[in-house]
Amino acid sequence: MGENTKTRENEMKEIPGPAEQVLIVFSILAAVMTIGSGLIWLERRLLALWQDRYGPNRVGPFGLLQVVADMIKVLTKEDWIPPFADRPVFVLAPAIILVTVLLSFTVITFAPGIRVVDMNVGLLFFLAMSSLGVYSVALAGWASDSKYSLLGGLRAAAQMLSYEVFMGLSLMGVVLQAGSFNLRDIVEAQRGLWFCVPQFFGLVAFLIAGTAELRRLPFDLPEAESELVAGFHSEYSGMKFGMFFVGEYLGVTLISALITTLFFGGWFGPDIMGWSLLPLVWFLLKTFVFICGFILLRASLPRPRYDQLMSFGWKVMLPLTLLNVVVTGGILLLAGR
Amino acid sequence: MNTPFVIASVVAVVSTLMVITRTNVVHALLYLIVSLLSVSLVFFLLGAPFIAALEIIIYAGAIMVLFVFVVMMLNLGPQSKTQERMWLIPEVWTGPAVLAVILLGELVYIFASTGGITTSGKTVPAGDVGFALFGPYLLGVELASMLLLAGIVGAYHLGRRGNDDEQKEER
Repeated sequence: MGENTKTRENEMKEIPGPAEQVLIVFSILAAVMTIGSGLIWLERRLLALWQDRYGPNRVGPFGLLQVVADMIKVLTKEDWIPPFADRPVFVLAPAIILVTVLLSFTVITFAPGIRVVDMNVGLLFFLAMSSLGVYSVALAGWASDSKYSLLGGLRAAAQMLSYEVFMGLSLMGVVLQAGSFNLRDIVEAQRGLWFCVPQFFGLVAFLIAGTAELRRLPFDLPEAESELVAGFHSEYSGMKFGMFFVGEYLGVTLISALITTLFFGGWFGPDIMGWSLLPLVWFLLKTFVFICGFILLRASLPRPRYDQLMSFGWKVMLPLTLLNVVVTGGILLLAGR
Repeated sequence: MNTPFVIASVVAVVSTLMVITRTNVVHALLYLIVSLLSVSLVFFLLGAPFIAALEIIIYAGAIMVLFVFVVMMLNLGPQSKTQERMWLIPEVWTGPAVLAVILLGELVYIFASTGGITTSGKTVPAGDVGFALFGPYLLGVELASMLLLAGIVGAYHLGRRGNDDEQKEER
């Protein structure tokens, strides 16, 4: 909650037209929420396509209104809190994931001028929010007071904590090259060459860490349905379950947008007839490609064992990302920057 | 800058008081997280955005998660609550409270006599923090790294396979 005030503070420092600023903020919120819930349909359709099925195609054109149907279902379901649960924490947990993910979107610059706040520690703010997101799953698992939830929560806490360590380190190469934590400066620094080339190992590490932070398929052990029912959200129903669900899709959008920003030149792209909205279109197109990539990952990979997951994170990824930081730093030092 | 600063400080003090008085461990930890978040906001308002971000990433995001993790593993039942309540009796907390009030009085006296401490209001960029750490304070950084190394070695020793029998005996 300190964060809220923090963003507002920074916003006030800069400023063209308050009305315009407010409009941008609310359009970003609306767009992000729409994309987040629209992904429920997209994921089911794409998974079906890759698995040679039809997927939801009955409600509306191409089944697009499936999202609306799902929303009505989730909102009208009985919102049940188990009598044995720790009530305040049980209610708080799903809200944390939505709040932290939405706050992370505030530091992303979608196109020149289209952003919520221009923060000079933007990247650190994202890392802070993603580390606070761990509480959502850990507390949900604890507050449910059921053994499956607790096991899911424990797995989630250990997994996210381990992968967070090298998630931060994998981004430091980018920070070294751009010389700033500000996401706008990082995009500007990619004017000549996108960071996906010099920071290829950083990109791979960030992709893996991002998937683990999102608890998406190769790393979805916290909610492994074959052994833990639904993991940390076994006891959740109705809109509280919906918040975990939408939170996950918002997270996918967030990580995709960050990969675009940090490694694929943000809003840069071939200029066609000087159309002013083009940068935004490029940004959204790139982000969309990575979102589809995350869904393809889910369609194609099996889950590792839990000890494999942990030793991979600590024994392989952590040394590799440290090496990446050292090598990047050394080269920049030799280049005299 | 004053109003947000005062609000953040009040939230920090109130939430820290709640940490001490809660009987449910997880609730206490949640208040501690709120306390850390408000301290981070105080840092931010004093012009140290880098330290503010690190405060959240390291303290609220990593160390407190480990605390929650351990509490989850212990799976404390209602009996721990009654135990906590028995520990929180006036004769236990009056002594420390009196001493703390004396310290608070001293602090207030110092602030009142010197007219308060003001900051330059200048924002400290991340680079300056690095230069300070690896320049004049290098010795401190090295000492801290040795302490952490000792901690890692100790953790490795405790977590080693093959001492299962010892652990059983301890229980």
